[in-house]
Amino acid sequence: MMASSYSAKEEDGHHSGSAGLGGTAIRTRKPDNTAFKQQRLPAWQPILTAGTVLPAFFIIGLIFIPIGIGLFVTSNNIKEFEIDYTGTDMSSPCFNCSQSFSWNSTTPCRCVLFFSLDQPFESNVFMYYGLSNFYQNHRRYVKSRDDSQLNGDERSLKEPSKECEPYRTNENKPIAPCGAIANSMFNDTLDLFYIDPNGTQTQIPFIKKGIAWWTDKHVKFRNPSSSNPNLTAVFIDTAKPVNWRKPVYELDTDPENNGFINEDFIVWMRTAALPTFRKLYRIIQKKNNMTPTLPRGNYSLEVTYNYPVRSFEGRKRMILSTISWMGGKNPFLGIAYITVGSICFFLGVVLLFIHHKYGNRNNSSDIPN
Amino acid sequence: CYKKEERHVRANDRDYNERFSYADNHIKTAKYNVFTFLPINLFEQFQRFANAYFLVLLILQLIPEISSLSWFTTIVPLVLVLAITAVKDATDDYFRHKSDQQVNTRLQNEKWMNVRVGDIIKLENNQFVADLLLLSSSEPYGLCYIETAELDGETNLKVRQALTVTSDLGDDVAKLADFNGEVICEPPNNKLDKFTGTLFWKDNKYPLDNEKMLLRGCVLRNTEWCFGLVIFAGLQTKLMQNCGRTKFKRTSIDKLMNTLVLWIFGFLICMGIILAIGNTIWEQKVGSNFWEYLQWKELTISAVFSGFLTFWSYVIILNTVVPISLYVSVEVLRLGHSYFINWDRRMYYSRKATPAEARTTTLNEELGQVEFIFSDKTGTLTQNIMVFNKCSINGKTYGDVYDEFGHKVDITEKTPCVDFSFNPLMDRKFRFHDSSLVEAIKLEEPLVQEFFRLLALCHTIMPEERNEGELVYQAQSPDEGALVTAARNFGFVFRSRTPETITLYEMGQAVTYQLLAILDFNNVRKRMSVIVRNPKGQLKLYSKGADTILFDRLDPSNEELMFTTSEHLNEFAGEGLRTLALAYKDLDEDVFDEWMKKLLFASTALENREEKLGALYEEIEQGMMLLGATAIEDKLQEGVPETIACLTLANIKIWVLTGDKLETAMNIGYSCNMLRDDMNEVFIISGHTMVETELYSSDSVFEETIIAEYALIINGHSLAHALEADLEQILVDVACLCKTVICCRVTPLQKALVVELIKRHKRAVTLAIGDGANDVSMIKTAHIGVGISGQEGMQAVLASDYSFAQFRYLQRLLLVHGRWSYHRMCNFLCYFFYKNFAFTLVHFWYGFLCGFSAQTVYDQWFITLFNIVYTSLPVLAMGLFDQDVNEQYSLRYPNLYRPGQLNQLFNKRKFFTCTLQGVCTSFILFFIPYGAFMSAVRDDGAHISDQQAFAVTIATSLVIVVSAQIGLDTNYWTAVNHFFIWGSLAVYFAILFAMHSDGIFTIFPNQFPFIGTARNSLNQKIVWLVILLTTVVCIMPMVAVRFIKADLYPTHTDKNFRRVRRTSSRRSAYAFAHQQGYGELITSGKNMKIPTASTSTYPLSSPARGNSVVKNSVVSGTTDAAETNSTGFRRESDQNQEVTVEDLEAR
Repeated sequence: MMASSYSAKEEDGHHSGSAGLGGTAIRTRKPDNTAFKQQRLPAWQPILTAGTVLPAFFIIGLIFIPIGIGLFVTSNNIKEFEIDYTGTDMSSPCFNCSQSFSWNSTTPCRCVLFFSLDQPFESNVFMYYGLSNFYQNHRRYVKSRDDSQLNGDERSLKEPSKECEPYRTNENKPIAPCGAIANSMFNDTLDLFYIDPNGTQTQIPFIKKGIAWWTDKHVKFRNPSSSNPNLTAVFIDTAKPVNWRKPVYELDTDPENNGFINEDFIVWMRTAALPTFRKLYRIIQKKNNMTPTLPRGNYSLEVTYNYPVRSFEGRKRMILSTISWMGGKNPFLGIAYITVGSICFFLGVVLLFIHHKYGNRNNSSDIPN
Repeated sequence: CYKKEERHVRANDRDYNERFSYADNHIKTAKYNVFTFLPINLFEQFQRFANAYFLVLLILQLIPEISSLSWFTTIVPLVLVLAITAVKDATDDYFRHKSDQQVNTRLQNEKWMNVRVGDIIKLENNQFVADLLLLSSSEPYGLCYIETAELDGETNLKVRQALTVTSDLGDDVAKLADFNGEVICEPPNNKLDKFTGTLFWKDNKYPLDNEKMLLRGCVLRNTEWCFGLVIFAGLQTKLMQNCGRTKFKRTSIDKLMNTLVLWIFGFLICMGIILAIGNTIWEQKVGSNFWEYLQWKELTISAVFSGFLTFWSYVIILNTVVPISLYVSVEVLRLGHSYFINWDRRMYYSRKATPAEARTTTLNEELGQVEFIFSDKTGTLTQNIMVFNKCSINGKTYGDVYDEFGHKVDITEKTPCVDFSFNPLMDRKFRFHDSSLVEAIKLEEPLVQEFFRLLALCHTIMPEERNEGELVYQAQSPDEGALVTAARNFGFVFRSRTPETITLYEMGQAVTYQLLAILDFNNVRKRMSVIVRNPKGQLKLYSKGADTILFDRLDPSNEELMFTTSEHLNEFAGEGLRTLALAYKDLDEDVFDEWMKKLLFASTALENREEKLGALYEEIEQGMMLLGATAIEDKLQEGVPETIACLTLANIKIWVLTGDKLETAMNIGYSCNMLRDDMNEVFIISGHTMVETELYSSDSVFEETIIAEYALIINGHSLAHALEADLEQILVDVACLCKTVICCRVTPLQKALVVELIKRHKRAVTLAIGDGANDVSMIKTAHIGVGISGQEGMQAVLASDYSFAQFRYLQRLLLVHGRWSYHRMCNFLCYFFYKNFAFTLVHFWYGFLCGFSAQTVYDQWFITLFNIVYTSLPVLAMGLFDQDVNEQYSLRYPNLYRPGQLNQLFNKRKFFTCTLQGVCTSFILFFIPYGAFMSAVRDDGAHISDQQAFAVTIATSLVIVVSAQIGLDTNYWTAVNHFFIWGSLAVYFAILFAMHSDGIFTIFPNQFPFIGTARNSLNQKIVWLVILLTTVVCIMPMVAVRFIKADLYPTHTDKNFRRVRRTSSRRSAYAFAHQQGYGELITSGKNMKIPTASTSTYPLSSPARGNSVVKNSVVSGTTDAAETNSTGFRRESDQNQEVTVEDLEAR
């Protein structure tokens, strides 16, 4: 085979290319002319220009400030009353109770606090208990529960999860409900009395159902063998949590609110995110439109002081509050909205100024990079 | 072991040779087989730091005291990562198996892999598979022609001659099989031009040198067959020894990423320690008092021990700052980018049906950071085709085409060619456009005839005519081939030669000239002449050579013609053509006889023969009559000057490293516009030992460098000295100050050394591009190696990381694909780190409020799925499809390439910025809900500030914030981006509600304790208000910052395209690709052969095979702007800029 050398390289390459591959082969090696493969997919290319960014800031400012004001006003209109009954002060009526506490004392310690409401609470009033410095969000605390036991699983009832240690068994009997959360359930009893100007005390009626989430009450928490109405029999081979005064099946007399589906219990079991928290205790329903739910005047709070918090410098509070569309009193959100809205608006002004003063105004030839 | 010093090879004796266990030709690159895949692959994967780390985490999670997360949060991503990597490795290995098999079974009578040292093999116009000792060939005297372009880039033919004893073996297979000579030679080494050995055969000793060796990578030319004895095979061949070691290439981003991961790891440990100390203090101050409600088990009484355990717990929950999916995502991106390169139609060369190919999928983003390009010349910049383009005959130029108004017409593919059909012996591939020359021939103008007669007579070409009229020229240099082919088409067909005669067909008439003498070419003379006696008995001397040389030897009467010709030569040179001047002389019989006697005497002289001959040649080559000049185009590949100009604008320095001669290299430098006459000075360093002084002499460059443009040309010998330790710093400094650097006569290994030098001293990203085996070492050494595919040699492509068919695609590879890849990768990494910090550090803040107990903020399932489901696809889509600037812009404004070179888009500072952004985001994400949830209750009075609602609120805010951020980072929203971003949000909510649904809880009550949380919290207005607030606070500052940046510091600076001007320095072609010694070969008749009747119908080739450069074309990427116009320009308003591109013409 002979070839003049000056074009040999080209020549042979050419031949191996075109002669070796038939027409079809050539076509298959050529990449497809699709928008995807050629990176020509149609696309929207937003760019941050003065025309889009500045209005965005102003609009956010103009929307946020009214929302913030609305939130702030709503929050201010919510009536809230809070009273600390921990009893750390010598002067506090609950001082004695808080000092002389023991888990297994048989006689409950009672104390009474008096307070007055300056304004009537018009609509439904919600009564909360609040705890401070209580680490319901500690990892070992949070995981110390057995959800299948609480869901009524028979096997878990007999054989609670290891996560419940060291509140898993007591005297060789499985604890129901097991775990640290259940064991530390809040068990103060709070009663509220209205003191007429003439001195008579009338107990304010509480509603104790409907304080837990519907899903918790009906799905997440279930008594074992719900077909058997006799809870005492169901829990027969179990021990009560160490700190409890009565077993789980005696939490309430109402069978719909007893055992694991006791709403106080359910509320407690929904662990708080932060070490200072409040939990719904009772609801005071509005009787009629004529009288406020809680008229202004004097009240007394009768506390059955069962729950010790002194050791860890905890605080216990009772909170009465009305609610609105945004829930309870929450000044933070309103202020935050007003602040953010104002900052956005201000930033918009600053940016507008910068853009006008220094900006690259004829950026038609500008390539954003 | 004695074989270290010498090597014994006995022919046809495998048993004997096998004792030395020489390397064989078998190639194995595959790593696994079916059975070993799983264990080996897993073992390899766990050797990676990240994977091993996650394995350790997994083990930690199984310890209940420490475990702050369920085991599945780690194992799900880990298994996914391992699986994806394993699939990729398996595919890679499958292809390796296939290619191994293909190479090993390549047929050449015998499979490649079966060639062993000591075998005798027959070659027929093919590449040599091993280093062979030439035994015999089809040509007389055991001659054999080879082309070594693959090895050293030189394009002229080289001659090898077998020993007489072995060439007598001929092609007698029986005799060859009996041949049992033993070769003792040097051990394998990388010297291409040296070989020493001895052949022992029949009790005789024959010395062997490099002239008898056929090296692997060379190509047999003009020789039908030859037999060779395999001396070195496989890795021991000189070619392979020159290849350098294959190193696993990593990009700088890769290295940075590894450093950053280590930093993050350190950061993780620090946070762990801080939180552990916090835990110790908390346990002492608070926890011990909390005993009543939260008892430790027996073993964990001490606060310090609790802190120690907490440290590990936090290492587990904060592990997501070290992103496990990072490496896999990066691999996926790079793979995608590689596919985009493979799929690019604008890098597809239809003439050879060769698409671009990303052979390495891990280097893409580095393509956006290249600062130095090292380019081979032959086959890379040039097509290695010489074309007779123009000529000047007796003061008149031919070759330009004019229209009816007398304007010059640009020659394109469509320009009508001259019809040579009057000539039955024409070469069909020859193209010429100026018909006036043919007319002049037909009019029988004597000087025009003389011009072509000279071209047909004065050369050293061997003709080959197998069938009547099928002429093939064996030219030792492409230039000569082009000239003789031109003469042939214009009716002066060189048809045959004997040692004493040359037969031409002049316009159909056979004319035989007596060849009296060939005054051969050498580098000093820069010309060659022949003395012939024509049929009329006249004695003529025909000479062609460099114009400067020839003009000094002209008859004084030529002054006027010399002046016009000189002008023409300038014109030709200005077009980048290689020029030659032609002259003739009528000789007197007496003078010639006298001279001939002296010549005969001198040629037998024992001393100073060369000089004496030279003086005699000089004596007779005087007083010549000028005929004219030729202009040959050394065809560049299409678009080379434009590409170089564009890449130069992108601040990429292009160095040419070639094995070819200085003159050739310079010529190409000029025609590529790398060297220009307006350059202040071109330093040529070609000393042997005085290099040092010469280098120092160029110190003056340092002072005046900013204003002036310099070029440096250095040859191999000087380079060898300059690369020594004490000079290399100076070399680097000087070379980097010069606009252009050309290294010629460099060996393959030197190419690698130069690349290595720059890599070491400049810390810049280097790219080497080449087509031949001689480029393999530099391709392997450079950060990125590019091979020109579609050529016959595959070595360069096989060693390369990217391959395509044309040099000009480099522009697109770097400016479009590289730039995009870099931008995408940097944006991807920034976002990735941001996202993971924002996600993870929420736990850190929460630690201060949960007693440093390593309680997670989020649902465990959210932690498991966040990185792999909720946020992986949008960022992948951005990393794959994003285009900050479309391809037209990136080609039009090469300045846009700058940020990559300066490493501006992802570096340690950038990393800090984006992690800081992540930290701030996590802070906002935590503390705004914290503030809002302190006293929040639902609108039905029930509590909402419980842990699960808090988790859902923060998680939802997080997903929305990072989605908004990716939206902000995405410049180019394709349908896929939309789908992934909106889809991710949708999937988040879908999974959220599914996991919090009643059904899944009743099946696994312990795994899905979040039942109902989504419903109960996300139906609250307050939760949405918190989410909205958080999102706005996280995103708006970024919007403001970006806006200010874009508004005040636009990164694109206006640039004026520097017009690349044409040069006008005259360069003579003849010296270029020619070698001394052919004259003697012809006159001695050694290479004459009795014409054989063998039939071969190899098509005649001609230089002008329609590869005409599309001159004045715009930069390639913009040629079909019409097609891409539809893709949605960033700004439709500036079509007028489309027009300005047309000005970008590089000439």
